[in-house]
Amino acid sequence: MSLDVLKQLAEQFGRALLRTHSERGDDTAVIEAAAIRAVCLWLRDTPELAFDMLTDLTAVDYLEQGRRPRFEVVYHLYSLPRRHRVRLKVGVDDPAAEVDTVSDLWRNGNWLEREVWDLYGIKFRNHPDMRRILLYEAFEGHPLRKDYVKDRRQPLVRRPAGEIAAALGQRPAARRSLI
Amino acid sequence: MRDAKFARPLPPDADAPLPGRPALLGHGQQRNDGQELPTEEMVLNMGPSHPAMHGTVHLRLVLDGEKITSAGVSVGYLHRGFEKECEAHTWAENFPYTDRLNYVSPMLNNVGYALAVEKLLGVSAPARAQWIRMIVGELARLSDHLTYLGAQVMELGAFTPYFYVIKAREWVWDLLELVSGARLTHAYVRIGGVAADLPPDFAARTRETLERLSAVVEEFDRLITRNRIFMDRMQGVAVISADDAISHGWTGPCLRGSGVEYDVRKAHPYLFYDRVAFEIPIGANGDNMDRYLIRIEETRQSCAIIRQCLQQIEPGAIQLTDPRISLPTKAQAYNTIEGLINHFKLVVDGIEVPAGEVYSYTEAGNGELGFYLVADGSGRPVKCRCRPPCFMQMTALGHLLRGLNIADIIPTFDTLNMIGGECDR
Repeated sequence: MSLDVLKQLAEQFGRALLRTHSERGDDTAVIEAAAIRAVCLWLRDTPELAFDMLTDLTAVDYLEQGRRPRFEVVYHLYSLPRRHRVRLKVGVDDPAAEVDTVSDLWRNGNWLEREVWDLYGIKFRNHPDMRRILLYEAFEGHPLRKDYVKDRRQPLVRRPAGEIAAALGQRPAARRSLI
Repeated sequence: MRDAKFARPLPPDADAPLPGRPALLGHGQQRNDGQELPTEEMVLNMGPSHPAMHGTVHLRLVLDGEKITSAGVSVGYLHRGFEKECEAHTWAENFPYTDRLNYVSPMLNNVGYALAVEKLLGVSAPARAQWIRMIVGELARLSDHLTYLGAQVMELGAFTPYFYVIKAREWVWDLLELVSGARLTHAYVRIGGVAADLPPDFAARTRETLERLSAVVEEFDRLITRNRIFMDRMQGVAVISADDAISHGWTGPCLRGSGVEYDVRKAHPYLFYDRVAFEIPIGANGDNMDRYLIRIEETRQSCAIIRQCLQQIEPGAIQLTDPRISLPTKAQAYNTIEGLINHFKLVVDGIEVPAGEVYSYTEAGNGELGFYLVADGSGRPVKCRCRPPCFMQMTALGHLLRGLNIADIIPTFDTLNMIGGECDR
């Protein structure tokens, strides 16, 4: 049943499908970055496959393994009606290169892609809201990259001088008297 | 800022400026004829630390009177770098970190992580260990659901029933303490088994506790479920369709509330869930009430599962004997050089997990708890991703709140059962 997914992917996408494996029972397809949206859309909307749930979306940094491309963005899809799963992987060598968003195909893609940007610094093209999610905006670096030292300190974030006074100054007189 | 929308209807000439005062009109508003109040949108920040929000989450609400026109949700205030820590430690050292994911049901996280590593190793724990994992896992699910039930009614103003279920949760924790030595952060499950066998009187004490606990749940059900006020605040509030819930990646009781029959224990049985009889409650409306009712019913089902496990469990080994995976006994480690070296290698270098990747998933309190692990053949993970079920549920919170009243935020947020440790990792 599950092997079918990989076979059908190969038939449908041919060259865009770089490698497949089914180690330990998990069907996996490595896909060319440019094709990820088309593959996802096809997997979701083909009735026999019906991958209606984006179970998970994350990334892996293979810096220490010396692998190229350095990063992999990993998608786990699940089909509730068919009860099957597939894992898609997309290689990203240059973090500045963007991967197409799937946030419009599955709604939780929005936050999951924000998390990948936050922790790995990989951006997603056409994402509606590419901000950090778990960390704060002033955080420096992307901590799940292997070259981010685990006990690195972050600079203390202070509000710029005068910002608080200015904010208070904008309040109407009635409110100010309460403070 | 004027709070014109909270005022009573004004007489027709009320917005005429008083002598010496500016006109009381909202931004961009024209003088009205008295039929319509001038309104302006108001931004209200709720959280991250708010007495009615259990868990640190920040809501930025845009309000039109009592109505929420849009809600921005920010999470991450409890981010502790779970993955980064896991990558720096050996596979076996990571159990205490998994305890702190969903900290009201740590056993389920222990079990989920252990199964993932075992899938990567290609081994499975002895039968008795698997039964024990089911028992402690279902006890943890009881703890999770009792916490939810208590918080749900307490935050709607019913404080007393909270103590009933929290007392029952304490009994569950007593049992887990009996097994693991710790009330809350157990770190009890091991790769290839569990840390210790059940104490001799465990079965009897568990049966007795379940009896008392069931009585509490039934009393709670009688007290709360048909309460008029409770029903009014729960029924038809924060409805989500099955399609939307699926698109948001919902799993667990929340997805089943929308009528989708998906429970990992039934759909893809692991441990011995295919050898026990239990039912999966399904909702019909996808509202707060259904998500609440499902959790009430699941406590009954969990009690039934535990009773069946206690019947079927048989004496036997609780840990694999493979020296590459399991620590030697204390006698071996202290008295033989092989045992000492074996112990040293496993503790310092860690279990050598063959290179590869797995995604393993179990049914936790909030839904599908997944672990995506990548190994490179060394003793430490390259990647230890936890797929947090309540993070997916939180992606829909802003969408759920739109159009509701301020007072609906609390019950809706409660039914998602966001656990900060799991959502923010």
